[in-house]
Amino acid sequence: MSNNAQLGNRKFIIAGFFCLIIFIYLCRLFYMQLIDKSYELDSKNNAFRYLTEFPMRGLIYDRNGKLLVFNEPSYDLVVIPRETKGCDTTSLCEVLQISKQEYLKRMKKACQAPNSPRKQSIFEKQMSAKTYAALQEKQYRFKGFFIQKRTVRKYPKPIAAHLLGYVGEINKNQVEKQSYYKDGDYIGITGMEKSYEDELRGKKGTQIAITDVHNKIIGKYMNGIYDTLAIQGKPLYCSIDRDLQDYGEKLMQGKKGAIVAIEPSTGEILCLVSGPSYDPNLLVGGKERSKNFTALYYDSINLPLFNRALTAMYPPGSIFKLIDALIAQNDGLINRNTVFPCQLGYPPMGGKPKCHPHGGGTNLIRSISVSCNSYYSYVFREIVDQKKYPHFIDGYNHWRDMVTTFGPGTRLGTDLPFDKPGNVPSTKYYDKVFGKNSWKSNTVVSLGIGQSELLLVPLQMANVVSIIANRGFYYTPHSVKGVGNEKKIDKKYKVKHFVGVQNQEAYTNVIDGMQGAMEPGGTASANKLKDIIVCGKTGTAQNPHGKSHAVFLAFAPRENPKIAMACIVENAGFGGVWSAPIVTLMMEKYLKGKTDRLEVEKRTLEADLINGKNLLSTEFH
Amino acid sequence: MSRDQNSLLFGVDRITVITYIALVIIGWLNIYAAVFNEDHQNIFDTTQKYGKQLIWISGATIIAFSILLIDANFFTAFAYGFYGVFILANILVVFYGREIKGSKSWFGLGGFGIQPAEFMKFAANLALAKFLSNQNILVSQQFRLKMRDLFKNYKNTFVALSFIIVPLLIIKFMQDETGLALVFIAFIVVLYREGLNVGIIIFFLLATILFILSLIVTKISILIILLAIISGASFLFIKRNKKSLFFIAILFSASAGIVLGTNYVYNHLQNHQKTRIDVLLGRGVVNLKKEGYNVNQAKIAIGSGGLIGKGYLKGTQTKYDFVPEQDTDFIFCTVGEEWGFVGSACVIFLELFLILRCIFLAERQRSDFSRIYGYGVAAVLFFHLAINIGMTIGLMPVIGIPLPFFSYGGSSLWSFTILLFIFIKLDANRLLILR
Repeated sequence: MSNNAQLGNRKFIIAGFFCLIIFIYLCRLFYMQLIDKSYELDSKNNAFRYLTEFPMRGLIYDRNGKLLVFNEPSYDLVVIPRETKGCDTTSLCEVLQISKQEYLKRMKKACQAPNSPRKQSIFEKQMSAKTYAALQEKQYRFKGFFIQKRTVRKYPKPIAAHLLGYVGEINKNQVEKQSYYKDGDYIGITGMEKSYEDELRGKKGTQIAITDVHNKIIGKYMNGIYDTLAIQGKPLYCSIDRDLQDYGEKLMQGKKGAIVAIEPSTGEILCLVSGPSYDPNLLVGGKERSKNFTALYYDSINLPLFNRALTAMYPPGSIFKLIDALIAQNDGLINRNTVFPCQLGYPPMGGKPKCHPHGGGTNLIRSISVSCNSYYSYVFREIVDQKKYPHFIDGYNHWRDMVTTFGPGTRLGTDLPFDKPGNVPSTKYYDKVFGKNSWKSNTVVSLGIGQSELLLVPLQMANVVSIIANRGFYYTPHSVKGVGNEKKIDKKYKVKHFVGVQNQEAYTNVIDGMQGAMEPGGTASANKLKDIIVCGKTGTAQNPHGKSHAVFLAFAPRENPKIAMACIVENAGFGGVWSAPIVTLMMEKYLKGKTDRLEVEKRTLEADLINGKNLLSTEFH
Repeated sequence: MSRDQNSLLFGVDRITVITYIALVIIGWLNIYAAVFNEDHQNIFDTTQKYGKQLIWISGATIIAFSILLIDANFFTAFAYGFYGVFILANILVVFYGREIKGSKSWFGLGGFGIQPAEFMKFAANLALAKFLSNQNILVSQQFRLKMRDLFKNYKNTFVALSFIIVPLLIIKFMQDETGLALVFIAFIVVLYREGLNVGIIIFFLLATILFILSLIVTKISILIILLAIISGASFLFIKRNKKSLFFIAILFSASAGIVLGTNYVYNHLQNHQKTRIDVLLGRGVVNLKKEGYNVNQAKIAIGSGGLIGKGYLKGTQTKYDFVPEQDTDFIFCTVGEEWGFVGSACVIFLELFLILRCIFLAERQRSDFSRIYGYGVAAVLFFHLAINIGMTIGLMPVIGIPLPFFSYGGSSLWSFTILLFIFIKLDANRLLILR
């Protein structure tokens, strides 16, 4: 054809057009396959079903390797609603002992957000062994239902509930923040279970199953090479002595308050009792758990879930005199032989604060042994009004700073969650209460004897006595001896913290006074032990809400101390009556393994202060 | 090959044949992957589609050799004959055919089915080639705007177009096979090569763009935009005389007609066609479980392939039947998922190579008939390639047409084989033709 040559160019246009289209397609393919990653994810969600194998939580042992917490298998019934076609619902209801309405209600819940008909959700939590066996037998009849194995916590002895804490279902906020967890997972909520969650939880295992377009499981993906096994959590070696804890809880029965024992040379917490307590076994299990939790939660009289040892702030009372004595000696204001008068009270202010009869003026040693209020009113004012500080406010701040180095007013940074800081009032606070420049050392003199706005938590009290036992330093109190089989521990618990008073003579004098408190004439003389030199200090913390709280601090033995303890019994009156026996009995138990003072033990065990039985105490200072 | 002029393979273009064989075999392996199931692992198992495809492939081989045996002049001589026979077959199938998937376009042959619409392609191609090569004038040379000349000048164009439009209408409206019908549009490329005025093509192209635009944007705004563009263009490019004003007026009213007509047409489309267009344009809320499911799953399959894919028989989308029609129209998903970008590109290049090879071969023909036929082959193959892959990657609406030589199905494989091998035979014969 003659015109063919003219039209010849069109072949290039045609070929070029074809190539252009193909080029666009290749660009699109390049984008879809290599740049946009969402398709890959979609294909996985399409075809894979991730089955979770839950790990066992780590076991918890005491300092001697005795078991505190172990695991028991538990079985959840889970359901994928849209696979339940042909399920024998009547006999399922029979096995679970639920009504048809209840079945429909749960099914509806399983279908609604955040659940979905395609997703598996828990239908019945933690079934009994009997129910499990019955289900297992008939499982082929229950289409769309599966049994998922988990473990729950069990406690061989019903002790240390507050310290160990409990495990519970994770809440939505936490799920959103931490990608490890999925709805319905368990997590440590309080105590060590919370603090050491990361170590205890282990690692979930995953099996990737392949599903077809009908969501039926066809097999394992790549024959299971990407599957992972669940790894059990690391064991936790607690610093608690199980027997001591057990004994402490028994002694605390019928009383409100707390006992804390620390090993001064390491800062390890030997026992942490908060009374009233509860059996930790109550807070495991499905239906039972929520019922028990509600009962404990709404017990407004005993507040069993309230961990007094870490979060109850008490006025320290006379035990605070120890700190005053140390600061005053350190500042060179008083010495072993300094005597201050006492006229059943503090003379300069007309006998206030009041004191109890102990034979007039005392020297330093005796002031501690007999717990003279007048003496420490003098001491407090000596410290605050000393010449070094021309302005009273500076003197007050000096006192406050020194006190704070002993722990009060700050959180100790222990490994247990939720410890409170206590309170050492600031000048700002008093400026607000009394007005600027319109308060003086005599206005707040009762701080010197541990009253007014001073507040300490029992753990801080035990730490104070631990500092005295160590003569000037402490390790941050902690409840763990080691994590995992290699027994690792955070370095921060190996750091010595030195307090503001490093005058060794001052410590000797105070310790002499504490020893004297256990001798005849001392405030805790009834609790003198024959074979162990205990150094103690009683305290009676006045309490605006009722009868005073009984406080007792002690460490033993005097040389090379092994245990430092604080005990507070609420509304029990004078510290020597209830707290000192508890502390000394436990020291005997810890150091000797048993007590010789059986009648003291019997009396203390049986005392029920909450219901007002066996009240022997008298109120005096 | 043999130099003996009487040999069966004399003059046969080896490159084309090898490309053809490669595509058929790769296609077969991918069909195996697409319908693979653990219980029937034997690729020769004829109860499964891959086994059946092997039978179709054997048939295609026989057909290919038969075509090479036939004298090339036979196709030229009986071009109109073929055309008539298949037009008849396509009408008869509506009355005597077997209903499969809602459309009566299949002749049943035992367990197998034959779709005459597939074979209409080569018949129309032959007829078109015959008609165009018999004319001493081009389809149209110049664009004149004298109304009285219009019919005279465009008479050949109208006849040529009717060779395309008649089967299109029969297949679309009698058999309701939109995909197979639309393939005939591809022959526009042939007409273009043979001199069809660019203006007409541009006109249709513009019409298409307008059509799509008017589906996306509201009508009024399009009219305003159009008015602005056309008046702008007319002042810039066209001499300001009466003729060009007339031309502009026609163009403008045609555009307005398209825009206004689109809504009417769209509203009279069947629901599944509407939703297909909606899916493509992303209009309204596309339900990924229903109408958007197919394309979405196809995109997931291809997109999850990555650079080198998940490996043969390891595509999770493919293996567990997430993509419907994956052995036929969506076979490309298997390639995309299991062989990744590299595999997809290879398959596309192989197809494109075959198409460009056809153009190359067409251009070296001495006879007009062979050249025109060759362009027809290239155009049909390209149309299939572009639509088929375009729909799996979401660039084209879902129009059910197979990927040449690749998709499962006897009718399509045989029809493509016939289409291609007639051309190979014509090409082999080219040296024997005297100009």
